[in-house]
Parts: sequence; C-alpha cells; structure tokens
Amino acid sequence: MLNVKVLGSGCANCKRLEERVRKVVADRGLEAEVEKISDYGQMMRWNLMQTPGLVVNDVLVSAGRIPDEAEIVKWLT
Amino acid sequence: MEQTLQSSVAGRRRADLRAWLVVAAAAAIWLIAYRGIMPLADWLTFGLLGLAPGSRLGESVAFFLYDVPKILLLLSGMIFAISTARSFFGPERTRALLGGKREGVGNVAAAGLGVLTPFCSCSAVPLFIGFVEAGIPLGVTFSFLIAAPMVNEVALVMLFGMFGWRVALLYLVAGLSVAIVAGIVIGRLKLERYVEEFVWQIKGGGGAVAAARPTWSDRFTLAWRATREIVGKVWLFVVIGIAVGAAIHGYVPEEALAGILGRGAWWSVPVAVALGVPLYSGAAGMIPVVQALIAKGAALGTALAFMMAVVALSLPELIILRRVLKPRLLAVFVGVVATGIIAIGYLFNLVL
Repeated sequence: MLNVKVLGSGCANCKRLEERVRKVVADRGLEAEVEKISDYGQMMRWNLMQTPGLVVNDVLVSAGRIPDEAEIVKWLT
Repeated sequence: MEQTLQSSVAGRRRADLRAWLVVAAAAAIWLIAYRGIMPLADWLTFGLLGLAPGSRLGESVAFFLYDVPKILLLLSGMIFAISTARSFFGPERTRALLGGKREGVGNVAAAGLGVLTPFCSCSAVPLFIGFVEAGIPLGVTFSFLIAAPMVNEVALVMLFGMFGWRVALLYLVAGLSVAIVAGIVIGRLKLERYVEEFVWQIKGGGGAVAAARPTWSDRFTLAWRATREIVGKVWLFVVIGIAVGAAIHGYVPEEALAGILGRGAWWSVPVAVALGVPLYSGAAGMIPVVQALIAKGAALGTALAFMMAVVALSLPELIILRRVLKPRLLAVFVGVVATGIIAIGYLFNLVL
C-alpha cells in the first residue's frame, strides 16, 4: 500500500495538486492512501520551503510546483 | 543493466539536443517578430487605419499597437530565460549558502539570492521557517523576504520595456539597497521574541528527499510552463495598462501633472507609497500608466517609490506572514520597508 502525502497550507496550487493525485489514484485504481499535511512542523521533516510538496512512501519527490499526471503516475507505480 | 543505463544516457542526450534545437528556433522566431513590431504597428495605424501621423488619435493608437506586442514578447522571452536560469537556484541551496553568514555580508548575500531564487508569496511561511530553523539571523531572513518579491522578473522586464535598461538597473539597485538596509535595521532591533513561538520549536530534517537530476529538456519544459503561467496571469493587466497609458500620452497635456506629482510636491512620495500597499495583482499594469504619467511631468522617484510599494508591501503577503510574525514585528517590517522606499523616492527626485 502506497502512502502519499501532499504538503501544503491550503494555497490554490496545493489544492490542485491534491486533486490531481487523487484523480491519478482513482483513474488507475491504485492502492494508495492520500494524506494532506498542512502543519509546518511536519513539512520541515523534508525541509520543504516551497509549497506544494509531494511525498511518496516518505520520500519527497517534488516541491514548489504541480507535476503533470504522467510524472505522478511514474512515482506512484 | 549497463546497456539500459547507457541507452538511457543516450536518450537523455538526444532529448536535450532536441530541446536546445526547439529553444534556438523559438529564439530566432522571437527575434524576427520583435524587429517586425515597429514597422507593423506603423503600417497598421497610418496605412491600414489611415490615421494621420502626429494626430492625437494616431499617436495613441500607434503607441498601443507598438507597445502591446513589444511588452508581451519581452515578458515571454525574458521570463523564459530567467526561469531557466532560476532552475539552478533552489531555496535549499540558498538556505545552505546563507547558513554560515553573519550580519552585513549575510544581508547583502540574502538580498542578491532573493532576486535569483524563485519565490511565490504563498511559500513565504515555509521559507521563513526553513531559514530560521537553519539558524539564519532574523535580519538576514528579512533581507531575503524583502528583495524576493520587490525585485521580481515581471517588474524588471516591464521597466526595461517601458523605460529602458537604465531605469530597470536603477530599480534593481534601489530594491537591493532597501532590502539590505531594512534587513540590517530589523536585525539590530532584536525582535526575535516577536516571532511566533511555534517557529522556534520546529526541528527540521529526517525525511528522505529524492535526488533530482533535471536534464536541459526538463529545465526548458518547466521554464516554459512557468512562462505560460506568469504571462497568463498578467497579460490582461498589461494590455489595459498600456491602453490607459496610450490615452494619457495622446490626450493629457504636457506638464499637466508637474504640480501634483512633480519633484516640487514633497508630499507626493509618501502618498504614492501609501496608495501602493493595497494594490497588488495589477502591478504589471501600473507600469505603462506610470510611464505615461512621467511623460506628463510626474517625477521618476515618486513613480519608482509607488511601484516598489505595490510589489514589496502587499496585503495578501502581510496576512500570510502574520502566521509566523506577531503584530509588533509585522508593523516594524512594514514601517522599515515603507521608510526605505520613501527615502529612495526622495533621493531619486533629488538627484535625477
């Protein structure tokens, strides 16, 4: 089971990233748990300084941008 | 295994070569288009529309038809180039560079890196926490936070397009000076206790970060995406601003504004700064209007102070920063930066 975390404080881009990740998970029927992290202390675990961030199985894979669906698919499969 | 590695390296090289060729072709088309704007605008205005050269309407229309494509081309081209360059300066790197710096040198470095590092006011809070957590002094952190939005690529390109490189450079130097001095002042005031307590409790690190080795093709793709996003956000403001500016150019008499916005009107600088704070998203559109106002007698220092206040002090960013700064520190931040901008306004009005 994959664990996916979207790190962001509620900015527009953070919401868009979360929607996109959920869409990829639903479209592909992936076994993944998607969490939203908005606590700054937790975000600093990955020293994130640009939101939104994307963490897959505890590894930060992207920061400060909204990756396109193809990239997200690559990280999740 | 070795074979797949080699083929992936070869694949990356091919993709990079293709990306460079596409960028080179786009640059050539850009140059041809840029050089063709002036004759095209003249032909459209005085040929196709049949307006008389020298007439008010003719001059306004020619100005509009020339400036809109020129500014939009400049914005797209320059923002693409700047975004590509910025892909080499992440905030992690900036944080590491500023980590060991003292006051003074640190403030200068922070202001300079503020210009180079990609910045979005929506990330101001995690950035602030990240800097403080790394032990970067408060004043140095502020130098970064002031320079990053103030000396931004859209403002610089608009100034370059409307006023030429001298004024753009002047703005860059003035913006850096305000950021450096304001950061030093805030550092000296020892305001650490006015940072929200939770910030000091945060301990970073521990999480794994995927190693990113972006290729040129990745960098260009991301830069192009950033360009589309930024130009998409500002183009309408720019077009409206140029339309208003064109109307002022054609119809407002020369020196009409010298009395209220000229050098002699000492109170116009603080008023311009106070007006600039609540304005935000239309910053790009303000510059053509300001340029037209200057042509009609407004002072350049007053105009630059106004533009700095628009981009450096914005209500949305202050609301975001309130999460980590107590009201007292927020007020000091606004006060110090506004004072710096007003001083710059007076200085330019005096010497230019």
